[in-house]
Amino acid sequence: MLQELLFSLPQVLIDGLALGAIYAVVALGYTMVYGILQLINFAHGEIFMTGAFIGTGFFIMLMGMSWAAAIPQLLLFIIVILITASFTGLIGVGMERVAYRPLRGAPRLIPLITAIGISFILQDVIRFIAELTTGRYILTGPSLFSDQITISFSSISSWFNNASFKTSFLIVLITAILLMVALDYFVNRTKWGTAIRAVSLDRETASLMSINVNKVISTTFFVGSALGGATGVLFAMQYGTIDPYIGFILGLKAFIAAVLGGIGNIRGAMLGGILLGVMEMFAAANLSVLTGGIFGAEYKDVFAFAILIIVLIFRPEGLLGKPTAEKV
Amino acid sequence: MPILEVTNVTKEFGGLTANKDITLSVQEGSITAVIGPNGAGKTTFFNLVTGVYQPTSGEILVEGKSVVGLKPDEVAKRGISRTFQNIRLFGEMTVIENVLVGMHKHLKTGLLGILLNLPSTRHEEIEAEKEAYRLLEYFDLAELLNEKAKNLSYGAQRKLEIARALATKPKLILLDEPAAGMNPKETKELTDIIKKMGEEFGVSILLIEHDMKLVMEISEHIYVLDHGEKIAEGNPDDIRTNPKVIEAYLGSGAVQLGQRSETNANTTVE
Repeated sequence: MLQELLFSLPQVLIDGLALGAIYAVVALGYTMVYGILQLINFAHGEIFMTGAFIGTGFFIMLMGMSWAAAIPQLLLFIIVILITASFTGLIGVGMERVAYRPLRGAPRLIPLITAIGISFILQDVIRFIAELTTGRYILTGPSLFSDQITISFSSISSWFNNASFKTSFLIVLITAILLMVALDYFVNRTKWGTAIRAVSLDRETASLMSINVNKVISTTFFVGSALGGATGVLFAMQYGTIDPYIGFILGLKAFIAAVLGGIGNIRGAMLGGILLGVMEMFAAANLSVLTGGIFGAEYKDVFAFAILIIVLIFRPEGLLGKPTAEKV
Repeated sequence: MPILEVTNVTKEFGGLTANKDITLSVQEGSITAVIGPNGAGKTTFFNLVTGVYQPTSGEILVEGKSVVGLKPDEVAKRGISRTFQNIRLFGEMTVIENVLVGMHKHLKTGLLGILLNLPSTRHEEIEAEKEAYRLLEYFDLAELLNEKAKNLSYGAQRKLEIARALATKPKLILLDEPAAGMNPKETKELTDIIKKMGEEFGVSILLIEHDMKLVMEISEHIYVLDHGEKIAEGNPDDIRTNPKVIEAYLGSGAVQLGQRSETNANTTVE
């Protein structure tokens, strides 16, 4: 059995990293907003989905233009991801302004319900726009970076099987890592990042130190939503087909990744995302081997969630979270 | 010229009047104290001046301009900063980061500058760190700069709060019981710092304090509150011998005692 596990390990790691990197960046959006408002912004999954649609829309549009063919694919990708991130960032800011800010003083459950409402609105608005412009709501983007690469792990040791991936895997992984490094720098080393941390630690004191709390909260939503939207583009590129409902389950998993790492903790979200992605892929590849064929790959989510439950039983604050006393 | 002018300010919480008809002013460059027994409404008064609470009635002017109705960050931008009775540092942040938060409003960088990592942005961040370091040196906290604020000793945390408040480059700094919980040696050191800091940073000081030795030593003007009302004002000598003040602190019996022996009253209030 161990042999079979090892045999598929290289491919599991590669697929797991790609998925995990996507979870990780989306999880950042959940964790940042939670850190500053103690709000679980369930609409964040839909921001991710919106990003996937905006990105794919741009790709399809640009591919239809003759001059775009002359531009290197990589440059095209960078342009699309930047435009998408700015769009979704602004959507996030607008969402906070219209739906969450008026509820700032309300009991926590109320903005949570609002978030679920926004999810439905975004799903249907995107579906409406997609149907209106293309006649269908399940879109397949142009295939980019689809060269197949095979790494011959079997030449290292006969224990391993070869692993293969598309070039897009590298793009997804590198972009996700760049985004995470940039965010980490932003939060820990810059003026606005410092302000974000100050507001999340003590909003009132931060405002007495001349920090405009509303502006800081808007910034947080912008950054979180821009990251979410950018990841949507990565997702669409890696997995090809998107529909308006991809945000729900992916958002849920990213939220779980954030909880796994310790919600409110930015590095925790990154770690939780990668772990969840790898665990899920591991389960998909090996569940039937491990259980003698009783459970198949479809049970990968159950496996991942079971691990989450076990972690939370022993570390309710998450892997990197700190136990905190409830503020009274 | 007064830096802060408060006229007939009243604050009611439901049926409770926490501050009643208070009139007070702080002259530029002076050290002014607000004293009074526990529950006299001193901290409420600070919260009114800094915009945390809005007065029920009355006017608050900073350099002649009203700050009533402004949010705390807007009042802070007008040049008012404060420390807290129960220390409110950003415990999970390092010492220098706490000071950098105070400098927030003086850094011009927008998000775009950060996103593009412009040289001007980096330059500004580095300059801010240097300035924060100088401020920490002044308060003898420079070796602790990368320590988390929550790990500092009590006295050091109090000093760091003052450093953070000064980082906003205020015109008026409000100190809410700066010496609370300090030992005599720390209090002595703090007294010297407060005395010097007014001149060195060009800041006027308004403080709440229970340590009468400290108050009498450094204040030029003192206001006394009791049950939310101003009961006396004057220089330290006036306050020391004011029967109303002695009564507020020690009960009416002490006043009669004080009338019999002037020196006795002196020592009890001190």
